[in-house]
Amino acid sequence: MIIDSIITRLNSYICITEKYISDYLFYRMKLLVCVSKAPDTTSRISFTDGGKRFDESGVQFIINPYDEWYALVRAIELVEANGGSVTTVTVGDATCDPIIRKALAIGATDAVRIDAIPTDSVQVASLIANYSKNEGFDIIFCGKETIDHNSCAVPAMIAECMGLPYVAIATSIEVSGSESTLVAEVSGGTNNVTVNGPFVLSATKGMSEQRIPNMRGIMSARSKPLIVVDASDVSKMSEVNEFKLPPVKGDCVLVDADNAAELVRLLREEAKII
Amino acid sequence: MSVLVYIPTHDGRATNAGLEVASYANAISSGSDVVALVSGDLSGDGGIGSTGVSRVLHYATDINDNSQISKLVTSAATTEGAHTIVFSGNNEGKAAAPRVAISMNAGYVPGVTSVSGGKSFTRNVFSGKATAVVDVNAEVSVVTITPNSFGIKDQGAADASVEAFSAEVGDSKVTLNSFTPTSNDGSVPLPEAVRVVSAGRGLKGPENWGIVEDLATALGATTACSRPVGDMGWRPHHEHVGQTGITIRPDLYIACGISGAIQHLAGVNQSKVIVVINTDPEAPFFKAADYGIVGDVFEVLPKLTEAIKAL
Ligand SMILES: Cc1cc2nc3c(=O)[nH]c(=O)nc-3n(C[C@H](O)[C@H](O)[C@H](O)COP(=O)(O)OP(=O)(O)OC[C@H]3O[C@@H](n4cnc5c(N)ncnc54)[C@H](O)[C@@H]3O)c2cc1C
Repeated sequence: MIIDSIITRLNSYICITEKYISDYLFYRMKLLVCVSKAPDTTSRISFTDGGKRFDESGVQFIINPYDEWYALVRAIELVEANGGSVTTVTVGDATCDPIIRKALAIGATDAVRIDAIPTDSVQVASLIANYSKNEGFDIIFCGKETIDHNSCAVPAMIAECMGLPYVAIATSIEVSGSESTLVAEVSGGTNNVTVNGPFVLSATKGMSEQRIPNMRGIMSARSKPLIVVDASDVSKMSEVNEFKLPPVKGDCVLVDADNAAELVRLLREEAKII
Repeated sequence: MSVLVYIPTHDGRATNAGLEVASYANAISSGSDVVALVSGDLSGDGGIGSTGVSRVLHYATDINDNSQISKLVTSAATTEGAHTIVFSGNNEGKAAAPRVAISMNAGYVPGVTSVSGGKSFTRNVFSGKATAVVDVNAEVSVVTITPNSFGIKDQGAADASVEAFSAEVGDSKVTLNSFTPTSNDGSVPLPEAVRVVSAGRGLKGPENWGIVEDLATALGATTACSRPVGDMGWRPHHEHVGQTGITIRPDLYIACGISGAIQHLAGVNQSKVIVVINTDPEAPFFKAADYGIVGDVFEVLPKLTEAIKAL
């Protein structure tokens, strides 16, 4: 009798311990952040090859601000609070490595670069989806858009390729187990939504604050894994035929500070907009 | 072959964003039928016929999840044999249209700003610092139209015929808990606003925004702000325009006490007419402006408001 009850108790202890171990092993968050290279916000924009290509000479490249400030930093915060890992993925050639190292310095766990020159959003999204398919990420973070192409297309396309839900233009995310609650910008306001299970999001202002990598981060980034994988076979569906710079504005017409009525007259009679 | 436009409704009518998209579709149709797919509550043809749309496919349930919208549009595009599928470039359009591009094996061109022919589309890139002509290499093109870039063109046409449409859209895995409207003052949301009065650090503090709001009210304009103003909490985040905020292209943009940093200009330089009010004649914003007043906002704004009211 006594022996029996001891065995039952031991068994229940073992069950509880096993649950803790499996919680620890299996409930670690596995996050993916898509990180793209973009020209610095102050770059002079010009084109070469008869307007077919962006002129990169003298241009400083940075992590696309939406990817860095909002998507990456929030993913790192979630993992700091709950345990787990943040992997970054970038489609690009070796010229992307410096910005990938910066993402690692900010706090990503490891990085993957899919070795292909990005052509259009369909190609980039298909490559990321093909890579992510068998990796079991809980959440795929993207920035709202890149500051060069401003498309806001890749996150939705990844979601479609992988059959996942997509929360667009999110300003906050809280995660509890497999359930995530987000606030997202929609026409005329914000939606508060809940998603169960894996999904894709695009992040914008509000998600988190910019983080400057510290010395320790920069040192450790050098030894963190940056794995280069071959691109799968996908095709592009569109291409830029020509870039053009906008026409230069004429001179600004100055109106005297005491003569607001003259400005109103010009807006009405010359510009014809009021 | 047809051009398919996706139009959500509000209060039984097409949204303005939807009517603009229909007008654009009519302009690029060159002989193809323009078919509107409408989801949600609709009374009559919801004002769509006057943009030149001949048929309306009506899906009576209101849907918000981009995966469901994508399934609905894909189903209609397949039935109708659409060669071009047009969405508004608002947040909802930008979330659903790329999905349709994948499911239709189509080329995707977001943020189209003007009418061009065939499979070539003109769009803004580099945050408004350049435009690109994009060629689609696939049979089907999916495009979004930058809000307020084309306008609603009334063709005076008759009512469109309305047919019920049904499709298998699947379950939504995104549960909507609540919706919070951004402005309850009845002004037009920034991305759709035709007139915008915007202010920066030159206003000195949040308590001084009365003169900005007065001018906006007199003009029927929506208010906006520069990034530091949003960051310091002087104004709500959703008013922040620029490279890292929202991009707008109103007919009239009045910048008060804003220096005109390149990142700010990126979000507003497609405005049709820019007016700058700044004490510093060397402020970079004057180079991007059509009209300017070198002066103190605290003196100029009240006078300008009076002059507008006197019209
Ligand atoms: C990566 C990056 C992204 C950025 N994104 C954005 C963005 O999206 N949007 C944005 O706005 N900024 C952005 N910025 C910040 C931008 O560089 C500028 O710092 C910011 O736009 C300045 O805001 P401001 O014009 O309100 O303030 P200031 O630059 O301080 O200018 C204030 C102006 O007010 C004038 N002034 C002062 N008093 C008066 C008065 N009484 N009457 C009239 N005029 C007066 C001054 O002459 C001055 O020109 C970004 C910066 C970076 C690095």
